[in-house]
Amino acid sequence: MTNPILSIRDLTVEIPTRHGILRPVDGVSYDIGRGEILGVVGESGAGKSMAGNAVIGLLSPPARIAQGEIHVNGTRIDQLKGEAMRRLRGKEIGMVFQDPLTSLNPLLRIGDQLTETILAHLDISRAEAEQRAIRALDEVGIPGARERINSYPHEFSGGMRQRVVIALALCAEPSLIIAEEPTTALDVSVQAQIIALLKQLCHQRGTAVMLITHDMGVIAEAADRVAVMYAGKLVELGPVRDVLTTPRHPYTHGLMGSTPLASRGKDRLHQIPGAMPRLDALPSGCAFHPRCPYVQDKCKADPGPTLADGGGEAACFFPLSQDAKVA
Amino acid sequence: MRLVSVEHLTRIFDVSKPWLNRVIERRKKAFLTAVSDVSFEIEEKTVYSLVGESGSGKSTIGKMLVGLLDPSEGSVKIRDVDLAREKDAAKVDAVRADIQMIFQDPFASLNPRWRVRDIIVEPVAARGGETKGMAERLLEQVGLSARDAGKFPHEFSGGQRQRICIARALASEPKLIVCDEPTSALDVSVQAQVLNLMSDLKDEFGLTYLFISHDLTVVQHISDKVGVLYLGRLVEEASPTELFEDPKHPYTQMLLAAAPKLDEFGREVPPPKGEIPDPINPPDGCAYHPRCPIAMDICRKMRPELRKIRGARVACHLADVKGVGPAITPPEAQKPPEFRSKRTADAEESTS
Repeated sequence: MTNPILSIRDLTVEIPTRHGILRPVDGVSYDIGRGEILGVVGESGAGKSMAGNAVIGLLSPPARIAQGEIHVNGTRIDQLKGEAMRRLRGKEIGMVFQDPLTSLNPLLRIGDQLTETILAHLDISRAEAEQRAIRALDEVGIPGARERINSYPHEFSGGMRQRVVIALALCAEPSLIIAEEPTTALDVSVQAQIIALLKQLCHQRGTAVMLITHDMGVIAEAADRVAVMYAGKLVELGPVRDVLTTPRHPYTHGLMGSTPLASRGKDRLHQIPGAMPRLDALPSGCAFHPRCPYVQDKCKADPGPTLADGGGEAACFFPLSQDAKVA
Repeated sequence: MRLVSVEHLTRIFDVSKPWLNRVIERRKKAFLTAVSDVSFEIEEKTVYSLVGESGSGKSTIGKMLVGLLDPSEGSVKIRDVDLAREKDAAKVDAVRADIQMIFQDPFASLNPRWRVRDIIVEPVAARGGETKGMAERLLEQVGLSARDAGKFPHEFSGGQRQRICIARALASEPKLIVCDEPTSALDVSVQAQVLNLMSDLKDEFGLTYLFISHDLTVVQHISDKVGVLYLGRLVEEASPTELFEDPKHPYTQMLLAAAPKLDEFGREVPPPKGEIPDPINPPDGCAYHPRCPIAMDICRKMRPELRKIRGARVACHLADVKGVGPAITPPEAQKPPEFRSKRTADAEESTS
């Protein structure tokens, strides 16, 4: 990809513990281009949030980046510390969290929270910052932004609060937004509104979005490309249509089969036996092999190929053929 | 045969401020109607699902069914016994033993200090029944191992915990299990395991489920009949095929359109407007009218009653009325103006 906004190369996050070193993220590489939404999916424990936190520098110790590089707009950021990282956070990278109530300060009016963020990153006057805050609220579809700027977070509904959080992430005009489960706490109809808003803002401004979620439906709706993670590793990466309709990795295939679908009717759901392994008890070879229906001897010994970027390939010795449609 | 019949069920919560505040601030008492005049029946050995967004009253109905809450008005009858009003204690006791519940959060619904064995046999032990070997047998039935009986809940993953909850619910050999969002805290692959297990057990033990969920695809997968709730009222009830292929209430149509689909990539559908109104001051007439794209005068004034349309019961004045188009207009005909940012609007103005 030419000049990606975010470029992650061979990222490894380690947590040293008494029982050895755990790797919640293990050798992950991907790019996100301008105006692109990359969906990062995986079940709990797959390492998708850890990868997001590593990018924005919010890994809580003792977790640390042990290896690899992270570039944003061509600048390497994984070694930045303290003040330098703080300046980047919010300015270059915006973040939208799952629960809109806990990510806003309940004691500050939302206008103050917005202007504070703007003033911290942009060199403009307070009055200008206020104008900008109103415009940001207007842009995320909050009616009567000029008056609502004086409201407290509790005076908004869940969906409106998530809009405020998005406005907050956008107000310093970052080039990358990391949205972590932005719609999980919301109702279906509000979820549709928030997805539409994210997509529209992303396409209009050319902001790159890393959309971390476990919901395949949200991915299908919003993402341009999708990265599937399993036990810290990237197992499949490609355009959303290809990955969801003709998955190459057996895990993605199983995941798609176990999602209840309108067209699938009342038959038994396909199920992947077992559960995601714990990080301190990873199986040898390919981490998916104990659950994989196509496992062979090679998979048990060798961790398998890693994904080169730009793929559309799967990190598997025996990827499924492209005709193997999801049942 | 009919197992459960719910008639004109209503539940009102008092959400007033404390007495002193009311006097000083001269406020009236405030009431929240969580469930209002809901009637439905559940046939034996079927799955009845209640769907709705948060605040629609689905969990409140579930709690009233198992007796965790008393109805304000109306009644829940299980095998023709009204749990809240029946005087004959023996009858109530017999029916109570037939009801069990599975909760949403498997992390909060198991006592962390009890061993799995004690958790599972508790419904039977509490009534003084014989429990020897029961936990082990049930654990194997839900796909865990008999050796797990001596462990504590924290040694299990979310999906395994939900299996323990299911084993506990099965212990007293109930007829009816109320499942309140049993899979929404679980990952997709684990959800598939639990849903499959639930439908196997249903066939094996001849169970009846009341399945409460916000996830339409799960509901469609498991149900024999679906009731859609909005602001405490039943707005539509139909078989899943009928409901999903031919939704009649505008709210159901909106829900179906808004639910993310796996097979329509990057579709550009205008998102639904508005949010659920305040249940303390619900709108007059049909509660959905402020968000409804086809609302007319009558909807603002008169509340629609449930009426039969083909295989469904629908509470809408305009559903299936000739001359009123489908509530969801095709995407190209409808562009939501409020989602246009000021900046693009200005830019368009200056170019034109």
